[in-house]
Amino acid sequence: MKLDDKLYLVRFNTDKLNHIKIANGELCLKCKDKVCTFICPAHVYDWDEEENRISVGYEGCLECGTCRVACPSGNIKWDYPRGGFGVSWKNG
Amino acid sequence: MENFDVIVVGGGPAGLSAAISAAKAGMKTAVIERGDYPGTKNVMGGVLYTQATNEVAPDFWKEAPLERPVIEQRYAFLSKDEILTAGYRDPAWGQAPNYNAHTVLRVKFDRWLADQAIKAGAMIITETLVEDLLYHGDDVVGVRTGRSEGDLGAKVVIIAEGANNFLACKAGLAKPLRPENMAVVVKEIIELPPEKIEDRFCLEPHEGATIELFGDSTAGMMGTSFIYTNKNSISVGVGAMVNSMSEKGWSPNDLLEHLKAKPYVKRLLQGGETKEYLAHLIPEGGYNTIPKLYRQGVMVVGDTAMFVNGLNREGSNLAMISGKIAGNVAAEAIKSGDISAQGMSVYETRLRDSFVIKDLYKFRKLMPFIEANPHLLGEYPEILNQAARMYFTADGTPKAKVFSNIMDMAFKKRTKSGLVKDMFNAWRALK
Repeated sequence: MKLDDKLYLVRFNTDKLNHIKIANGELCLKCKDKVCTFICPAHVYDWDEEENRISVGYEGCLECGTCRVACPSGNIKWDYPRGGFGVSWKNG
Repeated sequence: MENFDVIVVGGGPAGLSAAISAAKAGMKTAVIERGDYPGTKNVMGGVLYTQATNEVAPDFWKEAPLERPVIEQRYAFLSKDEILTAGYRDPAWGQAPNYNAHTVLRVKFDRWLADQAIKAGAMIITETLVEDLLYHGDDVVGVRTGRSEGDLGAKVVIIAEGANNFLACKAGLAKPLRPENMAVVVKEIIELPPEKIEDRFCLEPHEGATIELFGDSTAGMMGTSFIYTNKNSISVGVGAMVNSMSEKGWSPNDLLEHLKAKPYVKRLLQGGETKEYLAHLIPEGGYNTIPKLYRQGVMVVGDTAMFVNGLNREGSNLAMISGKIAGNVAAEAIKSGDISAQGMSVYETRLRDSFVIKDLYKFRKLMPFIEANPHLLGEYPEILNQAARMYFTADGTPKAKVFSNIMDMAFKKRTKSGLVKDMFNAWRALK
């Protein structure tokens, strides 16, 4: 089963406000491993070759917080979505 | 501004236990939860311990939404397609009141526990995110929520915000999380008919089992995998330290698929339908990473306080007991009129007298030991499996030769002095 199909099973109440920000895009340019692009369980982060930046699909965030801990330069400003928004587990 | 005696931030097992004990002691108590209702933001592997839960909600098993009582706990050591297992089973664990633990699904269970808090007199405020504590000078006097005019007053605030310790950091109690102290865990809920689960795990209809897997199940990284039986589903998950995952370049979902593809695991899950995919952080830093647990008018409980005993995969019980103690201390401090740091310090004293900090202290050297010796989860499962295969193989080799071959194999993989050193260091780490 592909990750996209698994994520399709997750229930979200998507906020129109983005709760994830890359603080400084310059740091991403210099970042060698780009840990966020593989360690996020929901693959929220992707390296955009054309725009030379990390693209953030905050709508699919599972709210674990791994990206914030894993980013070697502490460059991901990740907060919880506003109350009532974001992931809403069915089983937990 | 509405005022409470006690405000609890977060509706998980720690926060709800705190609210229950504070409300039962007559405190005007509120739980502030960012989800639709307590449970919808909460994830764990799935084991709930009876003794701790019973202290918070007596005779909970009579009405709480539980999955299955755990009658068997199995350990498995994986090396490629090979597996060595050991388990303990006691059917008596399947009968009230002898339960030791149950599997649960947190969305259902936490909602039920929140109902117990409401019955005790607490108010649950949902869909509300606490953004910061409210101060009057240096004194904490409540919380600031994301709602307009959302300030709420409190004599004591109990921080039960979970692994992501935003508020504990803002309050100067905790430090930002480090990748070497946190495990990222993903799990799937896989639906299967109950009779299939019972056949595959050799269970009676009301019984449950757990398997923890080590070694190749986390590709040798520091972490564990688990398979737990629910009523009509199986929870299967894998967790490893964030720093190991970063260094090795693993994606959590790939690691889960790696586990699910193991022949032994595959057969247990076969034909099931995945119903949900979940992710969570687990604080695994242990005793050395426990934050400051209190200040004037504030206490920190559960995952936020790093109360997880990874070795025994205990967490929900540490959370509930720390919550219960904090709720009681809050009530006593408010009644006696001393909510100073001194008044709150009783919380830490009682935790140190309980298994919560005693167990974490006991294993304080274990995490650094395993981290400094990554071969333990790489080479040893391999050595164990090879030794088992040689022992069980009937190929005409005289048994005396088999035993010396096993020793040769072990010494080849890990030198004699290395083996002795590992044993000595393991003993010292647990001493």
